[in-house]
Amino acid sequence: MVGIADSTSGVVDPDGVDVGAAFDRKNREGTVGTADPGAVLAAEYDVLVEATPTTLGDAEPGFGHCRRALDRDRHVVLANKGPVAERYRDLRALERDSDGRVLFGATVGGAIPVVSTVEAFGTGDVTAVRGVLNGTANFVLSRMTAEGLGYEHVLAEAQDLGVAEPDPSFDVDGIDAALKCTILANLLTGGDPEYTLDDAEVEGIRDIPGSALELAAEDGRTVKLIGEATAEGVRVGPRLVGANDALAVSGTRNIVRIETETAGDLAISGRGAGGPETATAVLADVDRLR
Amino acid sequence: MTDEGRDPEVDVRTYTVRLELADEPGELLRALEPIAESGGNLLSIFHERGSLTPRGRVPVEVDLECPPAKFDDLVESVREAGVDVVRAGAEEYREVVSVVLVGHLVETDLSDTLERLESCPTASVVDLSLNAPEGRDDVSSARIRLAVEGGAADVALSTVREVAEEKDLRTIEPLVEEGPS
Repeated sequence: MVGIADSTSGVVDPDGVDVGAAFDRKNREGTVGTADPGAVLAAEYDVLVEATPTTLGDAEPGFGHCRRALDRDRHVVLANKGPVAERYRDLRALERDSDGRVLFGATVGGAIPVVSTVEAFGTGDVTAVRGVLNGTANFVLSRMTAEGLGYEHVLAEAQDLGVAEPDPSFDVDGIDAALKCTILANLLTGGDPEYTLDDAEVEGIRDIPGSALELAAEDGRTVKLIGEATAEGVRVGPRLVGANDALAVSGTRNIVRIETETAGDLAISGRGAGGPETATAVLADVDRLR
Repeated sequence: MTDEGRDPEVDVRTYTVRLELADEPGELLRALEPIAESGGNLLSIFHERGSLTPRGRVPVEVDLECPPAKFDDLVESVREAGVDVVRAGAEEYREVVSVVLVGHLVETDLSDTLERLESCPTASVVDLSLNAPEGRDDVSSARIRLAVEGGAADVALSTVREVAEEKDLRTIEPLVEEGPS
């Protein structure tokens, strides 16, 4: 690790940053070092791990960071969904002109190796990827179903537990799941056609009453916020699935079902979000670059 | 990581089977046991008491879920148990899809909603359950089960979407798997 930057500060050491000290400083003073964040982007490194918050539209500043790295023939490992969800083609074009590569396993499914598994099958063989891709929304629906509680009640509980953000819209309105599915749709098409969040059909879970969940349960079903990515597009919304269906995971758990032309379905379930989970996915990508 | 494949446990469909039973104790159980034993999951049983067929038997409609690959064996095992399975042809088997509607269902004329769904040539409404809790600003939910001809679920669901959109109702559609099966 030769450099760390946050939004206002940076630390660079060609012999290796003292990571513990940088984190202590961050916790104590709110900065990782005395340098400018720009100094980190300008430093000598092999791989840029781009983990700034996901932004929509032009996906800046994340996209610009990727551009700077690729222009210098450096590799990029993304945890930020913006560049691959909103500017997939632009990013791939930069990659083509570079000796650096772009890997983005951490952008979909947290610790679940969704992107690398789709690539392992070969994107031509995968007809669809469907699943539960947002742990917060799944937690809320699971609790509402299991306890017969209302949306607002369960959301407040999720916020107390740290499962939901103070502003939960990204999760409960389906945007986070839609970004992940947009990335997967781009992966399936190779960016032709290219998808962005605007192309996705997105519905969230905010206005689902307990009465609907009860009716689903009486019929041996459950309501899940399901994301679907195919070469034809992206759809996210609450759907009825069999209570015993593989996709009916509960709590914050995520699951994806990769549907293939020749080899049937493969379902992978695990932790879809969180610091250690995202770090695991980032480091797996870094390893892949060796 | 678990390899589900096209796991028969995962890839299930809903079927409606019409049976005719002798009006004797134990007959229903005799019909249902082989269904469960063949891997079918019973969803509902519509036992029309008091209504007899011309042959003096009791018509029973059973909705069940099972993997498509197991369905023929399941029907055979019911027959082997001595139960009449009524079917003129394969098209007698219908797929039942459930959909939940949320919103101002009563105010937007529920019976009109149902009529509109019935007008879809490939679907008919099997039943409706309304869940309208009191004191909750009039938002209610309804589960509608539609019997659709094999493969026509998409058509039926797009009719549902159309009607729901017009009446500003929210639809929770079933996840219907596309692609090869």
